[in-house]
Amino acid sequence: MTDAILTVRNLTMAFGDRVVMEGLDFQIRRGEIYVVMGGSGCGKSTLLRHMLGLQEPAAGEVLFGEESFTRAGPADRERLLRRVGVLYQGSALWTSMTLAENVALPLQQFTKLSAARIQEVVELKLALVGLHGFESFHPWELSGGMQKRAGLARAIALDPEILFIDEPSASLDPPTGRRLDRLIRELRDALGTTVVVVTHDVASIVGIASRALFLDGEARRAIAEGPPAELRDHGPDKVRAFFAGGRGLEPSPS
Amino acid sequence: MAREGDQTEALAAMEASREGDSTLLLRLRGTWRLAGTLPSAADVTRELERAGATALRVDASGIAGWDSGLVVFLFGVLETCRARGLPVDHEGLPPPLVRMLALVQEAALPPPSSQAPKPRWLERLGRRALGWRERVRDVASFVGETTVALGRFVTGRARFRGQDLGLLLEGAGPGALPIVALVNFLVGIILAFVGITQLRRFGAEYYVADIVGIAVARDMAALITAIVLAGRSGAAYAAQIATMKVTQEVDALRTLGISPVEFLVVPRLVAITLMMPLLTLFADLMGILGGAAVGTTMMNQAVASYLRQTAQSVTQGDIVGGLVKSAVYGALIALTGTARGLEAERSSERVGEAATKAVVTGVVAIIAACGIFQYVFFLFGW
Ligand SMILES: Nc1ncnc2c1ncn2[C@@H]1O[C@H](COP(=O)(O)OP(=O)(O)OP(=O)(O)O)[C@@H](O)[C@H]1O
Ligand SMILES: [Mg+2]
Repeated sequence: MTDAILTVRNLTMAFGDRVVMEGLDFQIRRGEIYVVMGGSGCGKSTLLRHMLGLQEPAAGEVLFGEESFTRAGPADRERLLRRVGVLYQGSALWTSMTLAENVALPLQQFTKLSAARIQEVVELKLALVGLHGFESFHPWELSGGMQKRAGLARAIALDPEILFIDEPSASLDPPTGRRLDRLIRELRDALGTTVVVVTHDVASIVGIASRALFLDGEARRAIAEGPPAELRDHGPDKVRAFFAGGRGLEPSPS
Repeated sequence: MAREGDQTEALAAMEASREGDSTLLLRLRGTWRLAGTLPSAADVTRELERAGATALRVDASGIAGWDSGLVVFLFGVLETCRARGLPVDHEGLPPPLVRMLALVQEAALPPPSSQAPKPRWLERLGRRALGWRERVRDVASFVGETTVALGRFVTGRARFRGQDLGLLLEGAGPGALPIVALVNFLVGIILAFVGITQLRRFGAEYYVADIVGIAVARDMAALITAIVLAGRSGAAYAAQIATMKVTQEVDALRTLGISPVEFLVVPRLVAITLMMPLLTLFADLMGILGGAAVGTTMMNQAVASYLRQTAQSVTQGDIVGGLVKSAVYGALIALTGTARGLEAERSSERVGEAATKAVVTGVVAIIAACGIFQYVFFLFGW
């Protein structure tokens, strides 16, 4: 397939002798919203770290387009990573800087934009995530959900081609979570961003995913891939149970 | 999409014309990328004013490609129009863009009460001057809390981890041995050099063993060792505790009902206060050896006779006095280090600041204490 923007080929992830996932094989297409789901601790964040080169595969490789990221040298990796934006599970905002400075840093380092233009971009990105007016706040002055959204503003500062998001809605209330889902969809529609999302929020998966990959922590491999509605209705038992559990307290049939 | 701009891409352009009596029509053409030169919202404002328009229509059918640059521009235009109460018709924009702009505008709530403006220098100076009372109160309450916690430690009721104390003892004691040895040996050498060159003028260089021995045992060993430990352990304590504040580990202790002073301050205080006298005893030896190295080579004196002379001049009181002082310095290092860590705010910048301040405050406190000791020892004729 030529429209694959990111390919994971036969990837095995391990910490020392402890294998987390084995034989992962999937492709992410340009312009899609690809969701990686699975129970807590199954290795979703670890997979993300592998795709970003923060951790080296025990076996297999990751390709950006046709180019192997795993085998690329430092300079090539840097070039490939320039096309990427990341929102970490813990936000990872730089605590000594204000929100505006956090979002501005990538722009200052990697573009030649004027200070005034950068300020405009920063304001827009913060407004996109609903943080208009919080430019001069420091991360520790914000709630966890606000930090998460600020992290997203920083991740999209450079209009990345691929946006990686670890648990977008983890610390957000449902309406804010849905708004974030909408934003992710709009980013894809308006700017053509490919989005890779790690989450176990079922509502969000059904709402945004073009396709989803289910990682099974016990089997240590991916057991299903496809459009979320299909996985929910016709997937393996485990996957259907995962979706059903997310619907919360259903009245028990009496 | 932030891909390399195609060289043949048409430049972004904007064309304003009147439509009807009162509407300004804005036609956008070309490729709108952040990296290129783009018209700004201010240009639109100017056009609006010149035309005296009361409404705006945007037509983007001529746009070939865009990234955030276009969104930034349109966001600016919409904000301007909203501020002036002008209606905007953006039917002519691509639907995804319209949806995205709607999302931005939804969020464009009135900004939260902006933070207080930065005070001017005179005001800042005044506030600092008035702040000393608070500082004194903070210091007093910290010392008080530590005393209470120490009481609980002595009676075996303090909550802390035994392993932690073990590691801290190791870090403050054996871990510091090599550097303490080196520095004190060098100080012994320096003292002996200065002593011999000055005493020679009176033909009294033979007394260098006495001078070096007494200086090292009474003051120098404790002082130098304390300064080394302020840089080593004091800074480390401050940085570690400040980091624990950033990651909310200190909050986690507090909500568990564990006093951070008991859990973090007391073990460090105990560790370094116990280790300082031991290190100082060792430092005494190294300082005297450093002196001997110079004394014996410069005066052709036998090592044994130099050391015998040192032993005759240095009293037990000198040594014990030095050790007592060193324990006090140790307590000061632990207190300043941990206090600087605990007062840090939740930011990585503050971690570095806490470490720096810990060393500065620690060294100042040690030297001040040394001065006070001189006076007290002098008064009592010790
Ligand atoms: N640095 C590490 N060293 C050793 N093992 C690790 C490390 N980081 C993660 N693991 C292990 O890898 C597994 C997967 O962790 P990971 O953080 O990827 O989970 P996750 O799927 O993102 O979970 P969650 O949904 O809770 O965030 C876990 O079993 C964890 O114990
Ligand atoms: Mg995770």
